[in-house]
Amino acid sequence: MILIFLILIPLITGILSFAVKGEGAKMLALISSMITMVVSALVSGTNFKETISYSHSWIPTLGTQFSLSADGMSSMLCLLTGIVVLVVMIAQVNKDVEKPGAFYGFLLLSQAGLMGVFLSSDALLFYVFWELALIPVYFLCSQWGGEKRIPVTFKFFIYTFLGSLMMLSGLIYLSLQTPGLTSYSWVDIVRAGNSLPPQTQVWLFWLIFIAFAIKMPIFPFHTWQPDTYETSPTPVTIILSALMVKMGLYAVLRWLLPVLPVGVAYWSDTVVILSVIGIVYASCIAMVQTDIKRLIAYSSIAHMGLMSAVAFTHSTVGMHGIMVQMFNHGINITGMWLIVSMVENRWGTRDMTKLGGMATIAPKMAIALVIISLASIALPLTNGFVGEFMLFNGLFRADSAAHISLMVIAGLGIILGAVYTLNMIQKTAYGEVSKMIIAEDLSINEYLGLAIIISIIIVLGVYPKPLLDLTAGIAGLIVK
Amino acid sequence: MMFSGILVNNKKSIGAIAVLLFTILLGVNIWDMCAAPANAPQLFLSETCPLLRIDPYSLWFNTLMTGCSLLYLLLMNKEIQKVGAHVAEYFGLIFFIMCGLYILSTYNNLLMLFIGIEILSIPQYILAGSDKRNLKSSEAALKYFLMGSFSTGILLMGIALLYGGSGMATGHGSFYIMDYVSILHTDALNPVALAGILFIMIALGFKVSAAPMHMWTPDVYDGAPTPFTAIMATVVKAAAFFAFLRLFQVAFNSLSAHWTLVLAVITAATLLVGNVTAVFQQSVKRMLAYSSIAQAGFMLFAVLAVNSTAWQGIIIYAVAYSVATIGLFSVLVKLKDYTYDGFNGLAKTNPLLAFTATIFLFSLAGIPLTGGFMAKYYVLLAVVQQGQLMWLVIFALLMAAISVYYYFRVIIAMYFKPGNAELISPVTDTDKFLLIVTCIIVLLIGIVPQLFLTVFKV
Repeated sequence: MILIFLILIPLITGILSFAVKGEGAKMLALISSMITMVVSALVSGTNFKETISYSHSWIPTLGTQFSLSADGMSSMLCLLTGIVVLVVMIAQVNKDVEKPGAFYGFLLLSQAGLMGVFLSSDALLFYVFWELALIPVYFLCSQWGGEKRIPVTFKFFIYTFLGSLMMLSGLIYLSLQTPGLTSYSWVDIVRAGNSLPPQTQVWLFWLIFIAFAIKMPIFPFHTWQPDTYETSPTPVTIILSALMVKMGLYAVLRWLLPVLPVGVAYWSDTVVILSVIGIVYASCIAMVQTDIKRLIAYSSIAHMGLMSAVAFTHSTVGMHGIMVQMFNHGINITGMWLIVSMVENRWGTRDMTKLGGMATIAPKMAIALVIISLASIALPLTNGFVGEFMLFNGLFRADSAAHISLMVIAGLGIILGAVYTLNMIQKTAYGEVSKMIIAEDLSINEYLGLAIIISIIIVLGVYPKPLLDLTAGIAGLIVK
Repeated sequence: MMFSGILVNNKKSIGAIAVLLFTILLGVNIWDMCAAPANAPQLFLSETCPLLRIDPYSLWFNTLMTGCSLLYLLLMNKEIQKVGAHVAEYFGLIFFIMCGLYILSTYNNLLMLFIGIEILSIPQYILAGSDKRNLKSSEAALKYFLMGSFSTGILLMGIALLYGGSGMATGHGSFYIMDYVSILHTDALNPVALAGILFIMIALGFKVSAAPMHMWTPDVYDGAPTPFTAIMATVVKAAAFFAFLRLFQVAFNSLSAHWTLVLAVITAATLLVGNVTAVFQQSVKRMLAYSSIAQAGFMLFAVLAVNSTAWQGIIIYAVAYSVATIGLFSVLVKLKDYTYDGFNGLAKTNPLLAFTATIFLFSLAGIPLTGGFMAKYYVLLAVVQQGQLMWLVIFALLMAAISVYYYFRVIIAMYFKPGNAELISPVTDTDKFLLIVTCIIVLLIGIVPQLFLTVFKV
C-alpha cells in the first residue's frame, strides 16, 4: 500500500499544481517532494530483505494488472528519485520561472512516471509509466528550454517514442507466449521469454533493447542526448540525466536480462563493444568541449557506457556495482548540473574559456565543484570510487578474455574523464578572475542542496554498506 | 426528420429536433441490447429470409456509433446550421447515413451490403457539395461522386462474380454471406469466386480509403464543409470498416491464406502513403485527411487478423478514433485559419480549446492513457496473435512514430509558437462542457477500455 503513495503523491500534487497560481506552486512542489522523499526512504528502509508489493485489477481481459512491487533495486531507485527531485526543488526556491504552476506540475508528473517505471511489475503498466515520464519532459523542454528547443526536443521525443513502440510490440509478443491466458506480470513474462527458442530470442532482443539503448543512451543511439541536455532548463536536465537514463539501465536489468537470456548472450559482445566505443568516443568529445553543459552531457554518456558494458558481462559483482553506481552517478551528476546552473546564473555564460577565478570570488561554490568533480572521476573516499571499483572488478572476473581487453580500453575512459574534469576545474575555479553579473556566493537554499549532495558523496564514499546491503540480494538474482 | 424542414422554419429548432431524435435512436439501441440478450433481437427483423442478421456485436457497434454521432451533432449543431440554407436536409441526410450504417453493421446478404453502402454514400455526395458557393466544395462532391460510383460498379461486379463462383459447383449461387462459409473451401476454390473477392476488397478498400484507392480522400475531405468532413472521416469510415471486417471475417475466413498477403500489402501501402504524405501538409484539415488514411491502415489490421480480438479491436478503434477526430474537428471548425500557423498561440488565447485538442491529438498519436493507445494496442494484439505478420507490425510502429511528427506539430504551434490564433465563432459554455466530456471519454477508453467492450464478456 505504501508503494502507491510514491506514485499518487507526485501525481495528485502535480495535477493540483496546474491550478495553483504563482508562488504557491513552488511551495506545493517542495512540500510534495519532501513527503515523497520521506516515503521513499521508508520504503528502502524497510525492505532490506523482503519485497513489498501491491496489486489491483486493471484490465483483466488483457491479463494486465495494476501491480507494483519494490525489491532492493526498485526502492534504491525510488530513493534516488525522491532525493534528486527534492534537491531540484530546493535549488529552485530562489528562482523564478514563467508559469510556475505548469512548470512544477510537469516536474511532479514526470516524477510520478519515474516512480511508476521503477515500481511496476506488470509489463503494460511499465510501458504506460514509461511514456508518462516522457511526456511531461517533452513539454518542459519545449516550453522552458533554451534556443533551438523545439526541433531538439522534437527529435528527442520522436526518437524515444519510436523506441518505446518497438518495446511495446516486443512485450505484446512476449505476453502472448505466456502459459495459459495472456499475462503481463513480470513472472509470466520471464517464464515466457525463457521458453522461447534461441532464434526468436535473438530478434526479439533488439525489439525490446532498442528502447532502452536510446534511453541510456549507448553509442549509435545517443545523438539526441547532448543537444537535449544543453537546451533543457536545469531542473529538467537533472531529471533527464540523473533519473531518466537510469530508467533505461533499470529496464535492461529488469525487463531484458532475465527475460531473454539466450538473446542477451548472443548479443552481449556487440553491446559491450558499442558501449566501449561510446565511452572512448564520448570522452574524447568531452575533452574538446568549451561549454560546460555539453562537457557534462558527454561525460554522462561515458559513465552510462561503462555501466551498460558491465550489465552485459554477466558477473554478480559487476551487477552489484551497476546498482551502486546508478545511485551514485545520479547524485553526482545532479550536483554537477546544480553548479553549472549557478555558474550560468552568476557569470551569464557556460563557456569555460570565458570563466575563471571561481575559487577567489566564490570559494564555497568552488569547493563544492571540486568535491563533486572528484566524486565523478571516482577518487577513493568518494561514492564514485565504490561503484567504479566494483564495476571494474566485475569485468575483470568476466569469463571471456575479450572482455578484459575491452575493459582495458574502457579504463582509458576513466583517465580521459580525469583529464576533462580536471581541465574544467582548472579553467573555471582558477586562473584569471572573470567578471560576475551577480556577485554572490551560494545562497542558503543552494547551500542546502549542495550540502545534501556532498554529504551523500562523502558518507557513501566512506561507509557504503547501507547501499550495498540494499542491493546485494537482487544483483545475484539477475545474474542467475 | 426529412419533413421537419416543411413544418419548422427555425434553424435552431431543427437542430434540437435532430438531437432529440438521435437521443431516441440511442435509447432504442440500448433498449434493444438489453431486451434480447439471448436470441436474435426482434427489431427490424425480417422473418422469412434474414437479409439482416443482428448479433450482439453489431448492436453494440450501432449503439456506440449512434453515441458518437450524437456527440457529433451536439458539438457541431451550430456549425451545421451555418453551412447553408437547407438545414433540415442536412440533418435528414445525416439520418440517412445512420440508416446506411445500421444496414452495414448487420447485413447478411451481399445485396444488403450493396444497398447499405449506397445509402451511406449518396448522402455524403450531397453533403460534400452542400456549400454551393465554394468551388472546392463542388469539386469535392463531383470527384467523390464519380469515384464513388466507379467503386460501386466494381463492388457490383465483385458480387456478381462471387455469386457465379459460388454457384459453379452446386448449380445455384448465393448472396448470403453465411453460405460462403460452407461453399468456399480452399480445396474447392474456383478463380471466379477469388476474382470476386478481390473486386469486393478493392471496392471496400475505396470506401475506407486504403491506398492505392485513397486518391479521392484528401480532396474530398478538404473540400467538403468541415462539419461534414467530421462525420465522413469518422462514423462513416468506421461503418465501412465494420462491413469490411464482417464480410472477411465471417464469409472469407477459411480463404484467408489467399487474400491475407494482398491485404497486407494494401495495409502497408496505406500506412506509408497516409503517414508520409501527412508530414508534408500545411493545412491541418488536409493533414487530418491524410491522417485518416493512416488510421485506416491501422484499422485494416483488424481485418487482417482473422480472430476474435479483431472484433474488439475494430470496435474500440472505431470509438476511440471517431471521438478524438470529432473532437478535433470541432476545435478546428472554430478557427479562422486551417493552416498550422492558424493554431499558433492558441494556448494563450483559448487554453481550454488548446488543452482538449492536445488530448485528442495524443489519442490519435497513440499515447498511453488515451483511447488511441488502447485502440492501436488491440489491433496490434490481434495481428500479433495471428503470428504471421510481424514485419507489418514493426513497419506500422515505425509509421506510428512518424505520425507523432505531424500530430505534435499542431501541439507545438498551439503551445510554443507566438501568435494570436483567431476564432471565427465564439466558444460558449456548452461547447466547453461538451469538449470536456469528449476529453473524458477519450481518457476513459484509454484507462478502462473494458467499459466499451462489455459485449465481449463471455
